[in-house]
Amino acid sequence: MTPQFRKKGNVREKLIGWLLLGCACVSVATTVAIILILVTESAHFFREVSILEFLFGTRWTPLLEPRSFGVLPLVSGTLLVVLGSSLVALPVGLATGIYLSEYASDRVRNVVKPVLEILAGIPTVVYGYFALTFVTPILQTFFDQVRIFNAASASIVVGIMVLPMVASLCDDAFRAVPKSLRHGAYALGATPLEVTVGVTLPSATSGVVASFVLAISRAIGETMAVTLAAGATPKMTLNPAESIQTMTAYIVQVSLGDTPAGTIEYQTIFAVAALLFAITLIMNVIANRVLRRFREVYE
Amino acid sequence: MKSLAGRRRLASAFRYACALVTWGGVLLLGLLLYHVSRQGVAWLDLQFLQSFPSRFPDRAGIKSALWGTCWVISFTAVFSVPLGVASAIYLEEYARKGRLSRWIEINLSNLSGVPSIVFGILGLVIFVRAMALERSVLAGSLTLALLILPVIVIASREAIRAVPQSIRHASYALGATRWQTVRHHVLPSAFPGILTGVILAVSRAIGETAPLIMIGALTYVAFVPENPLSPFTTLPIQIFNWSSRPQQEFHHVAAAGIIVLLVVLLLMNATAIYIRHRLGRNTGR
Repeated sequence: MTPQFRKKGNVREKLIGWLLLGCACVSVATTVAIILILVTESAHFFREVSILEFLFGTRWTPLLEPRSFGVLPLVSGTLLVVLGSSLVALPVGLATGIYLSEYASDRVRNVVKPVLEILAGIPTVVYGYFALTFVTPILQTFFDQVRIFNAASASIVVGIMVLPMVASLCDDAFRAVPKSLRHGAYALGATPLEVTVGVTLPSATSGVVASFVLAISRAIGETMAVTLAAGATPKMTLNPAESIQTMTAYIVQVSLGDTPAGTIEYQTIFAVAALLFAITLIMNVIANRVLRRFREVYE
Repeated sequence: MKSLAGRRRLASAFRYACALVTWGGVLLLGLLLYHVSRQGVAWLDLQFLQSFPSRFPDRAGIKSALWGTCWVISFTAVFSVPLGVASAIYLEEYARKGRLSRWIEINLSNLSGVPSIVFGILGLVIFVRAMALERSVLAGSLTLALLILPVIVIASREAIRAVPQSIRHASYALGATRWQTVRHHVLPSAFPGILTGVILAVSRAIGETAPLIMIGALTYVAFVPENPLSPFTTLPIQIFNWSSRPQQEFHHVAAAGIIVLLVVLLLMNATAIYIRHRLGRNTGR
């Protein structure tokens, strides 16, 4: 190899390295862009409405006179959906994870795992349709006071939606627990239940907690199912039979309507989105921290 | 302490409860598919595939939505796949394990958890307004490309990491440069894994609705996009539109649209699983 050729090769190698680095930086740039946009655009909004009024006001009527910009009704709507979907997804997901890792044979795993993957891959708008045309009518036959748009059916389908994620993360967490721990407990005469509750679950706590936090964060950011099924009436209520509005559904409502861009009404979506982003980001950071720690313990 | 028989009974009750709940989840998928097909299958015919949206439910079809989805997804893949795979190569093969690569890594895992509607706002401000792309195919696909980028990077990294170190060492020992090693040895071995990840990421993009609604794609579009700057509609957007109408008939139309969408997604998932099994075996893993 002539020295000249080698030199040319080096330049090319360097260039490729920089090019790849450039590509890797796109994702960082995306994050920076999101934060910049949310901060600058909601700054317009907060010039006219004080942050305190926004965060602690209990009436959200930005599109109607008299206008009021208290975001708490949207937050409580989101919370209601999160609460309801957690009631569905967390216990069921945990139980499925336990079943898959501790009890199921390989044949059962080979059936259930793909089904969970398919459930996870179904678009959210389909879940919204399912809530509207299947879950709500069923709820209405059992409870008279359930509205056409209600928090309950939205919560149930959001729960179904995040269930696969909880189940597979819990499964992973349980499988990461060394077999020797279980064998030790069996050798001391514990039943399978006692092994799971007394040994496996405590060892996998961080993974289970991380899966719960990620599920809640997903439920907060869920958009289409709650837009279709939960309604468009921002309300501070804990009654799941009522129509509510979540933060995400509000953003969709404004972008579908004919609110002119640049007005204070329109700028609300950036303020709400900034709040949504902040909440989900904090939860994701926590979950990823916890997940990393538990990976380090057993790997 | 309870008796041994009691403890055993409790244990087996717990086991059955877990099994019951798990199979309940499987049943739920069956129920969802059954409900959708019962609602929509009667409305699914050739005319449905070949007609444009209409205010009359029995004349409404998904021609513009199908073509719109094809256009948007093709461009999304063109933008996101090279970027994603290149990022993965950088992080796995080039980056020194320093602060920068850890930073990129943390950023990726957090970015993949950002709600899709926030990406819609990003697309609205940057692509629709600042770059003046309006609500075009290009604006939609750029938005979706950023959305699935973290998924592609994470999947590709896993595939690249699974390539045995010995292959790299052999290549270096023969005098190959880093890029030659990546290009001729690492990428071919990692290809099935990368492809699987790409298919799954793209199928996620196919089902996305919220970001496209944010950039203003929910309008009446009764034509097939002709170039990257045309307005467009997609399958999930049409389904959302029809589902949100009060008339019962439109719900059936929506169900027919859902069947088409799910068939597309199932085919893609099946391809991914097939590739994972088939090509995965050839490389000896």
